[in-house]
Amino acid sequence: MNDLIPLLKTSGVSKSFGGVLAVASVSFELKEGELLGIIGPNGSGKTTLVNLVTGFVKPNSGRIEYRGKNITGWAPYKIVSLGIARTFQMVRPFYQLPAFKNLIVPLYSPRVKKLAGGKYGDRDAVALDLLEEVGFERDAHVSYKVAGSLPQGYLKRLELAKSMALRPDLVILDELFSGLSLAEVASIVPIIEKLRFQGKAIIMIEHRLKELFRIADRVMVLNYGKKIAEGSGKEVMEDKAVKNAYLGSETE
Amino acid sequence: MLLGTLVYGFINSCILALVALGFNLTFGISGVANFAYGAIYIFSGFLTWILLNSLGLPYLLSVLISILCASCVGLAMYYLIIIRVKGLALSEVMATFGLGLAIMELFRYFDFVGFRYNLPVFFDGSVAIGDVYIDYQRLIIVLIAVGLTLWLYLFTHHTKIGLAFRAIAQDERTALTFGIDSDRIGALSMAFGAGLAAIAAIVILPLGTIAVEGGYEVLINALAVCIVGGLGSTVGILVASVLIGYAQTFTANYLEPHWMMLVSLIAIAVVLVVKPSGLFSHQKELEERI
Amino acid sequence: MKRRKERIDRGIKARSEDIFALSSYREMFYLLVPRAIPVVGLLGVAPFLSPYWKEVFISTAVYALLAISWDLLISAGLVSLGQSLFYGIGSYVAGALNYYWGWSPLFTIPVATLVGGVLCTVMLLPVLRLRGIYFAMVTLVLPLMLMRLVEATRILGGTEGLTGLTPFPNPVTSFYIIQIALLIALFGFRRIIDSDYGLVIRGINDNDRSVMSAGINIYWYKTQILFLGASVGSFAGAFGTHVDMFAGMPGFALDYSLLPVASAVVGGMGTFAGPMIGAFILVPLSEVLRALGALRIVFYGLFLVVFIVALPEGIFPYMQRKYHQFERWVEIE
Repeated sequence: MNDLIPLLKTSGVSKSFGGVLAVASVSFELKEGELLGIIGPNGSGKTTLVNLVTGFVKPNSGRIEYRGKNITGWAPYKIVSLGIARTFQMVRPFYQLPAFKNLIVPLYSPRVKKLAGGKYGDRDAVALDLLEEVGFERDAHVSYKVAGSLPQGYLKRLELAKSMALRPDLVILDELFSGLSLAEVASIVPIIEKLRFQGKAIIMIEHRLKELFRIADRVMVLNYGKKIAEGSGKEVMEDKAVKNAYLGSETE
Repeated sequence: MLLGTLVYGFINSCILALVALGFNLTFGISGVANFAYGAIYIFSGFLTWILLNSLGLPYLLSVLISILCASCVGLAMYYLIIIRVKGLALSEVMATFGLGLAIMELFRYFDFVGFRYNLPVFFDGSVAIGDVYIDYQRLIIVLIAVGLTLWLYLFTHHTKIGLAFRAIAQDERTALTFGIDSDRIGALSMAFGAGLAAIAAIVILPLGTIAVEGGYEVLINALAVCIVGGLGSTVGILVASVLIGYAQTFTANYLEPHWMMLVSLIAIAVVLVVKPSGLFSHQKELEERI
Repeated sequence: MKRRKERIDRGIKARSEDIFALSSYREMFYLLVPRAIPVVGLLGVAPFLSPYWKEVFISTAVYALLAISWDLLISAGLVSLGQSLFYGIGSYVAGALNYYWGWSPLFTIPVATLVGGVLCTVMLLPVLRLRGIYFAMVTLVLPLMLMRLVEATRILGGTEGLTGLTPFPNPVTSFYIIQIALLIALFGFRRIIDSDYGLVIRGINDNDRSVMSAGINIYWYKTQILFLGASVGSFAGAFGTHVDMFAGMPGFALDYSLLPVASAVVGGMGTFAGPMIGAFILVPLSEVLRALGALRIVFYGLFLVVFIVALPEGIFPYMQRKYHQFERWVEIE
């Protein structure tokens, strides 16, 4: 793999909703195998940025490249087939189905078929294995329980498993930790570290800064749709603009 | 000819707007598509006729009674039917449509068919604009259409219950947390919608005869205007009425009347494909298109 | 002392959903009997019906097919208020082939099924991206528009329609053709929806963003389902045309749109068997009520209202629940 070409690169990406600039000319790069954290106050355009990268929202201007290929304005399913998977902030599983059946849909994806050499294989078995990987205890038969009966921690892990089922090269986790207890977060962190160990690049949008800084290589801060700082967790938190964004500016 | 077409196109637009107002009000507030709307329209027409001719009541009294009765029907429909299937859009449509069918066909069964079923005009006579003659009734329709729209605007923006209407229309859950009873408002919106249908019937029906088929026609026209204008939007209704009203009048005058219905149907189809939420809708872009 | 009703699933139900481990004839019967009812019911009653009721049965089956096709579309989140579009197109394609070129029903029906499916799919393709109510409105308007178009341009026989088409050799043939088609659609569609493919389809209805983020092109899948549903509807139209020996504007009539939806609402959406049961209640009911004259539609409308209010989930889900569950009263403190 050519080291000079970043895995993901956005240049000057903007999106406005009815006159409000949600993302204002954001440029960033992500290297192969890197973990980038994106933080910022509520409404700073983090999720919109994810939607732009994954094709759910089309940018007004700017360019998004994946491995040097221009993917601006592509349909979501095409972007996924390149190897970008995402999770959603609000988990909405298929509530009436058993947990493992929720993974059938991603396992039905053309990408999975292609990577498996044209055959799907036994989807149920793969689904059960994947759930065990994200911490569904096999002995307790959690995977067979109806998704609607599972607590939030399991649903978040199910969401993570859904993105892992696509065997992506880049995983985008949109506030995976929100609404979870400290213990639950602690149980998910090793899964993310394992993903990194497998060489996958990860983008994490988080409000739980402490946990994020521990695992992130680099952090980018957004405020009012603009990128205001970038660097290691420590550098970023000492940045004046970031302090102003989070705590309110004294001059204003 | 052109002046006549322009004037009658405008009157046609006013009729469409008048017909659509009630349907739109109910949908905009409680999200219920009242498919019994056409039935309530002709119900009020026939009721007024019965009160006038069979019971010999004075005109003003019979009009008031039928508006009141139509509102009661709307109220009853909400509490007896809609409240049990609220949120199941398809069931709401089927239930109201079934009821509308029953009401309309009941009139047919009792043989309410013929030219003698017509309502009196308010004033006889006509006025000339250039070489175009317009009867007073059509002028009154224009006045009432404009007046009702203005009144509705003032009502929803400046009265307590009107503001509650708007609150429910925007976000039912939030409205509930502020202590607004969404069922009561929903029922009232149904009653108001039905009352507006009655007013439209009393004003418009004197132009022709009261016929069961008119009920279906009114429903289709109301739907057309609301779809093109955007469900739940008052400005949209006005614009859409003008568009469809003129399109209909022009095709009827310059093409064959055959094509008249086709034109409004094509208008609906085009708007739905190009901007599905209608020209002036509150719905967000993301809601309608993925 | 208070009591409440407790509902418990029968053990076999839980086991039979995924793993087929049948341990006795009793359990086998438990699974087979509900599936045998439509087969025996449809094919078995034929010899016992009078010619009049045979005709009613045939038109009921046509509506049932349209209702099942409607149910397939709704499983992908496509609310169709225009089943008559499918019926009318199928009927006109078969009618034209027979009228202008003298093709036998043996060929017109299969061709109309496929061509009708393609035509309807292409017509609805631009609006496939629209959700729920917007898609519904376009489907409602399209057949009305085509009807007016035929009227205004006087093509395909105009208001007169195409008459004198080739009928089926005898009523018995047509009777069995439609019943078998109905059974194939019923069991075929149930099978499709229960498969992993069907899971994706239901996923589109439930949460389309989640399916999109799984790298699946939901429009392509919606197109497939639309084609399937439209083909079945077109088959019904082509078949009905040869039964009536007539293809014309009534093919786009509201009846063919509303009755299937009413059947599905009464019978229970998303189950395929439900819409079929609904059609087999509503269509014969309207025949029975015919004796009442004009009052017929009044009763029909009221029946619909009462039914929707009293049993919103529909007949089939209700029967299914009763079949699969015990009910008993337990005391609570």
